[in-house]
Amino acid sequence: MSISLNEVKRIASLARIAVSDVEAEAARAQLDGIFGLIEEMQAVDAGDIEPMSHAQEIVLRLRNDAVTEVDQHEAFQKGAPEVEAGLYLVPQVIE
Amino acid sequence: MQWEVVIGLEVHAQLSTESKIFSGASTAFGAAPNAQACAVDIALPGVLPVLNRGAVECAIKFGLAVGAKVNRRSVFSRKNYFYPDLPKGYQISQFDLPVVSGGELVIFVDGAEKMVRLTRAHLEEDAGKSLHEDFHGKTGIDLNRAGTPLLEIVSEPDMRSSLEAVAYAKELHSLVRYLDICDGNMQEGSFRCDANVSVRRPGAPLGTRREIKNLNSFRFLQQAIEYEIQWQIDTLESGGKIHQATVLFDSDKGETRAMRSKEEAHDYRYFPDPDLLPLEISGEWMAEVRSRLPELPQAKRARYISAFGLSAYDAGVLTSSKELAAYFEEVAEIYPEPKACANWVMGEISGWLNKAGIDIHDCPISSRALAGLLIRIGDGTISGKIAKEVFEAMWNGEGGADDVIESRGFKQISDTGALEKIVDEIIEGNPSQVADYRAGRDKLFAFFVGQAMKATKGQANPAQLSEILKKKLAG
Amino acid sequence: MFNSSLKELSALLSGRKTSSVELTQEFLKRIDAKNPELNAFITVDHDKSLAQARAADTLISAGKAQPLTGIPFAQKDIFCAKDWITTCGSRMLSNFVSPYDAHVIERFNAAGAVNLGKTNMDEFAMGSSNETSHYGPVRNPWDKKAVPGGSSGGSAAAVAARMAPAATGTDTGGSIRQPAALCGISGIKPTYGLVSRYGMIAFASSLDQGGPMAKSAEDLAWMLNLMVGFDARDSTSLDRPFEDYSRDLDLPLAGLRIGIPSEYFAQGLSSDVERVVLEAIRFYEKLGATVVDVSLPNTKLSIPVYYVLAPAEASSNLSRYDGVRYGYRSPEYSDLTEMYENSRAEGFGAEVKRRIMVGTYVLSHGYYDAYYIQAQKLRRLIARDFSESFEKCDVIMGPTSPSTAFDIGEKGDDPVQMYLSDIYTIAVNLAGLPGMSIPAGFGANGRPIGLQIIGNYFSEAKMLNVAHQYQKSTDWHRQMPSI
Repeated sequence: MSISLNEVKRIASLARIAVSDVEAEAARAQLDGIFGLIEEMQAVDAGDIEPMSHAQEIVLRLRNDAVTEVDQHEAFQKGAPEVEAGLYLVPQVIE
Repeated sequence: MQWEVVIGLEVHAQLSTESKIFSGASTAFGAAPNAQACAVDIALPGVLPVLNRGAVECAIKFGLAVGAKVNRRSVFSRKNYFYPDLPKGYQISQFDLPVVSGGELVIFVDGAEKMVRLTRAHLEEDAGKSLHEDFHGKTGIDLNRAGTPLLEIVSEPDMRSSLEAVAYAKELHSLVRYLDICDGNMQEGSFRCDANVSVRRPGAPLGTRREIKNLNSFRFLQQAIEYEIQWQIDTLESGGKIHQATVLFDSDKGETRAMRSKEEAHDYRYFPDPDLLPLEISGEWMAEVRSRLPELPQAKRARYISAFGLSAYDAGVLTSSKELAAYFEEVAEIYPEPKACANWVMGEISGWLNKAGIDIHDCPISSRALAGLLIRIGDGTISGKIAKEVFEAMWNGEGGADDVIESRGFKQISDTGALEKIVDEIIEGNPSQVADYRAGRDKLFAFFVGQAMKATKGQANPAQLSEILKKKLAG
Repeated sequence: MFNSSLKELSALLSGRKTSSVELTQEFLKRIDAKNPELNAFITVDHDKSLAQARAADTLISAGKAQPLTGIPFAQKDIFCAKDWITTCGSRMLSNFVSPYDAHVIERFNAAGAVNLGKTNMDEFAMGSSNETSHYGPVRNPWDKKAVPGGSSGGSAAAVAARMAPAATGTDTGGSIRQPAALCGISGIKPTYGLVSRYGMIAFASSLDQGGPMAKSAEDLAWMLNLMVGFDARDSTSLDRPFEDYSRDLDLPLAGLRIGIPSEYFAQGLSSDVERVVLEAIRFYEKLGATVVDVSLPNTKLSIPVYYVLAPAEASSNLSRYDGVRYGYRSPEYSDLTEMYENSRAEGFGAEVKRRIMVGTYVLSHGYYDAYYIQAQKLRRLIARDFSESFEKCDVIMGPTSPSTAFDIGEKGDDPVQMYLSDIYTIAVNLAGLPGMSIPAGFGANGRPIGLQIIGNYFSEAKMLNVAHQYQKSTDWHRQMPSI
């Protein structure tokens, strides 16, 4: 298969990664190579084998409903790019 | 030409757990910004989710209550998208295998019953909040709400009017509060509705729907749907086309408008969350939850009709909230005249609560106190008319029924001797009226009752008084 | 002292032949001397390390020492350590001072061990050569032109160059075993779920597993005793009774059945690796083991399966790096989308971006079933190959890597060539099995070669026994680069 430049740009946009045209072209060639490798998988008829999501066949362990965390927002916000009045600031969001 | 309206609702109910769905941070409302956003909630590198048993239990309760299938095995998936109030860049939700499938809810519209089918209910985490107040043209992000457990309850497109949609939303609201799985506080966003609205010609395939997001009051739900219906009909009738869209309701303007940020095509790239294994709910757990399930509105309604002999309407009003029903039952427990109890709860109590704008749990007259008042009416101590005055005094904190009757001297005169003496005086003082009455002017009877009431300051036992008057006037 | 085993260091400390402060200072001195040429560490902090060493000495004098108290360990920079910059090899986290400890770090701290520094690694553990690190490539102590392997290349180089007695690593597709092989040390990736992933920065959650890297199997056993344990904060952490991983070290190997998969000796394997591995297996026969043929027919599929599943999980795991709450934010943006796109374009390196894009693609609408679901189905086939093989043998042996360490820059920017070098290690991660690598010889170029030992689930003690018996009779693991 071959990935188009537009597809590369669509994926980059979905993944929120800026790509220039030159970068997109380079990425296209490399992704083509990677998908060439991945395509080998398609030759196998896996039929109705159950997909394997986890290495262990165990079920989810649950925690009891209890508050165990304390306010640490000052420590957490020490390295934040932009904070004001305890809030993380980002460029204006338009709904 | 006629249009048929098709509405389905998606309700996000915040579950009343102490801690978040995947972390041990508190879910209490109103904390300082980010004070309740722990390492997991702000998605620090390396942190992992652990599911809250309490949230699962809420989902089981709901599933059992609506007669749905509580799935023995369900799976958490990641819904991937970027948004500043979504710290991980994905929301943990359920996609292919939700915890609850199917179910139904009976609603009442204009006295008629209607069944609304549920598609599913699934567990997921809430996002944080974007605060658009002016931070120098920037948006502030508060992640206290991030990770609050939500049960997303999705209905089939079974509703045909805004009234049905509101009735469904109210019924669901009442149910989650009965189950004690959601506090139902719509202002704080604990119960949020999204409405999928489309119109079509009767018999035609479904029209294109638009989704109205985040309606946080029943009134807005109704207004938004009505506006949207009219807008869609107008658009179609003027030859336009409806495009699938997500819209917001502007309650100031009473209009819906398309959301700008949601315009781009979504590709959420759902896949099973590798940090969480499949959730399994055992039959034992389900049975245990079922055994603790409270009586639900529908069953309660039926019981009020059959056991208490109430009308369907009265039963419906009294069971509309768990608290009101509990209040009523407490009154009726002490004073076993359900009809009288119902009249007072639906009449005086509801009326005064409404006027004061407060809820039943803030009612200044306890159920026990109201029962005390009803007992005094029943045993003839006071008349129904006086009782209303006593009620007002009780509301204003003057004490229980007996205290008010005592302090205000409201006690009804049921002493036959005393009443006979008063009647004798009236007969003696009004000879011409007595003569006229005896000559056949029956209407004058009311005059003698009035005189007697005046003389007793209204405290004469009416039945007794009437009997004595009849006997004495007969000569 | 640099060549001492953990057991020996423990004895020196408890016998007061040395102190933790002395020991830590010695290793810090060696790091200061060698790190400029090897670049094995991203962060070294004498004050923090020595403060821990002093606390350890206090414990020792108070008679409250545990076996590893006072011993310094290098920590892969993927483990969050409170107050330490934790970069995960990325520019994205170049300023990230962790406010909390990973479970593994907590375990070392609770044992009174000393954190000697944070080791270099491929960015977000994505790489097999350590060349994707934002902090520059690590050099192989055996030959500075060569890569140390990856992604735990800094840890492997640090142990090989004796800059640390031992180190931690993580293994998603071979990231402990392959650098261990390429640097001539021992490393084990335990059964998935034994070492908590809490605080271990995620690459591919269903495959990631932490483990020890050391000079010998015995040291690995000592470290596993510390690192393995249930953690309620990781939903995939297994709650099992404590086991002493050193308990079976001295058992004889008579009767051991070694499975040899023909697929691991096929095209692409370099001749000197093949020679060394076969020699090692012959040596095991001398120790009383018998060799049986087993088949892992889906081995070839493990590469495409892995390069669908790992990037898919990674693309989602790395979405949290958005420049909002911590980490790198680009100085150039005019709106929210640009802030995201520029921060991520500048904060991530080329390989990470490539894998995010592959992962985003395979999960996206219309491709999910063909790629992701298909890969998960094949993952089960790959796991079944192993369970069938383990009916016939106790351990499986083969090469860890198809060749000795390649030169820095040799694979250029051809990601596919790099991916193919993971052929012998990634199936183990897909199945969730334990796997280890021990030194077994050298190539013609003088670079080390590793023997891979794969065990059944929870058979770590047996694997360590198998490795230890070999190391008792051979000295490959004692060889040291001359730097």
